[in-house]
Amino acid sequence: MSNQVEVQNVIKSFGSVKAVDGVSLEISEGQFFSLLGPSGCGKTTLLRLIAGFEVPNSGNILIDNKSMDGIAPNFRPTNMVFQNYAIFPHLNVEENVSYGLRKKNLSKNEKSKMINDSLDLVGLSGLNLRSSNALSGGQKQRVALARALILKPKVLLLDEPLSALDKKLREQMQSELRHLQRAVGITFVLVTHDQEEALTMSDKVAVMFDGKVEQIASPRELYEKPSTQRVASFIGAMNFTNGKILNSGKVLKIKSNILGEFELPMNQISGKPTDENIEIGIRPERIKINPVKTNSKDLIDGKIIDISYFGETTYYKLKCGERSETLNVSTQNSFGQMDYKIGELVKFEVDNKSIVGFYS
Amino acid sequence: MGGTLNFSIKTETIKGWRLLSVPFIFSLLLLAAPLTMMFLLSFWTQDYLTLDKTFTLNNYIEAATQPVYRLLFTRSLLISLTATFFTVALAFPMAYFISFHCGERKALWLFLITIPFWTSYLIRMFLWKVILGYNGVLNSFLLWLEMITEPVTFLLYNANAVVLALTHGWAPFAILPIFVSLEKIDRSLLEASKDLGDSPIDQFFRIILPLSAPGVIGAALIIFIPTVGDYITPKLVGGTDGLMIANMIQVQFSKANNAPLAAALSMSSLMIVSFISIVFVLFNKKYLRRY
Repeated sequence: MSNQVEVQNVIKSFGSVKAVDGVSLEISEGQFFSLLGPSGCGKTTLLRLIAGFEVPNSGNILIDNKSMDGIAPNFRPTNMVFQNYAIFPHLNVEENVSYGLRKKNLSKNEKSKMINDSLDLVGLSGLNLRSSNALSGGQKQRVALARALILKPKVLLLDEPLSALDKKLREQMQSELRHLQRAVGITFVLVTHDQEEALTMSDKVAVMFDGKVEQIASPRELYEKPSTQRVASFIGAMNFTNGKILNSGKVLKIKSNILGEFELPMNQISGKPTDENIEIGIRPERIKINPVKTNSKDLIDGKIIDISYFGETTYYKLKCGERSETLNVSTQNSFGQMDYKIGELVKFEVDNKSIVGFYS
Repeated sequence: MGGTLNFSIKTETIKGWRLLSVPFIFSLLLLAAPLTMMFLLSFWTQDYLTLDKTFTLNNYIEAATQPVYRLLFTRSLLISLTATFFTVALAFPMAYFISFHCGERKALWLFLITIPFWTSYLIRMFLWKVILGYNGVLNSFLLWLEMITEPVTFLLYNANAVVLALTHGWAPFAILPIFVSLEKIDRSLLEASKDLGDSPIDQFFRIILPLSAPGVIGAALIIFIPTVGDYITPKLVGGTDGLMIANMIQVQFSKANNAPLAAALSMSSLMIVSFISIVFVLFNKKYLRRY
């Protein structure tokens, strides 16, 4: 697979604000790539730079190894699905979908076949003549997709396409978008602030903060081996606790208030060592309360001080360690799962293989 | 329960009527009453100093058959339509510029555009005499440039002068509605059309013009309707070739002392303008949907 989009050290400032600050990334052909980050991190600006609506101050953007420098949006092999869909209000569904076809020399039959095919693809068959004002949010979304996909772009850019939909519809559209992408095989670049959306849909995710890319990885790697504390806390929940490095070698021997002394393999650690301090991250679901294990000395004492019930999961806040630090633990409320009460004294175990360390 | 509900509806209704009553009486006295009187007057006959109140259609027959009235009606419509066309055609680029290229200074530009219109309409029209007249600004300038040897006379006192003065005088009334309709266009639609392959010219004809049509149609009506009956502009700069129907109505009311004929001419003018406006609106109905 070759690189379809290459962003090379791109900088874009608005006044004194650097919206995109030296970003480089590569997106390969047919990939579902997400730009994830909090609002104001520059992800939308980066997408607009790829689309050609913004011009970089410096750096270069290549699509199919061709520099996009000085090429207007109407001449780029990209199409965009806008956040508010940007459906033309004076045109009906069919006219919206076929908007970009006018310049292609097509017979009437070819054209109407393409329109019907792309409406089928997004599940809007038969709505050709529906007025665009009579469309629901989800339908507008589909029209916007059909309108972009009918032109068979090399790259489809999606600017927070699901943020305006309600939760149920959003989840449905997430899986539909994923299927659609596999069906058409076009490279998708999605901008989102919703980490769940990025994890479930993407092949690769770039996490951005303050105009810079912090980590580019597959969703699993991003979740299990976040490269910085910021990424770790932005994606999912994570407990952080301080540790001291006792000695380093192939594995790192660490002492922490909560976990006591334990060993951490080097590949679970990111960053560059500065002093003997290390930040330790533990995912809440990687802690087990009262495990069925009798002779383990790894069990740690704790006390439940808070409970948040979410239906399929329950979050417990545990107080533990000498300096009364707290840990969040999540449990799946599956068959046979115990319930605990506030104030209850428990023993818990941490999955050492899932612990990550960040040099601070 | 039902009683209280009825009672509250009743008080709401009374409140509504009370709120409407003042403007209703106002419009009855100032709009409906004069129009009705004018309408009745047009069926009567002036008999020197007295009014013969027997019903007759003679005034309308005279208005329709006399060549001079027909000429004035046609001329008024032509002048007004031409002025409307030029006003809208010139206002559109100005409104477009303010809406799309003025960024945060839009309010300032709109303000600047209205400044010339702080002066009275009469004075502004009179100034066209100063500009276009025999010893006027334009003639003096052309003489100074030695492009002409003696002042030209075709500038003033004709229909063209009326069109020119009207086009200038009504400009802000066209700029404002067009500006508002351009402002209402969602800018992401412009990006979408560009993204789908439109050049700036395609974009103008496929997105901007159809979506600003309500403003353009509104502007055209705002200018066409009052300019057909304009009286002071043709009087000042029109000469004899530029006289319009309103000037004839004025003459009939005063010097000719034939108020019923003047009323019939007014009513005819009103009907012609209404008819053209309605046809114009129906013709452009598809652009007037609300988005």
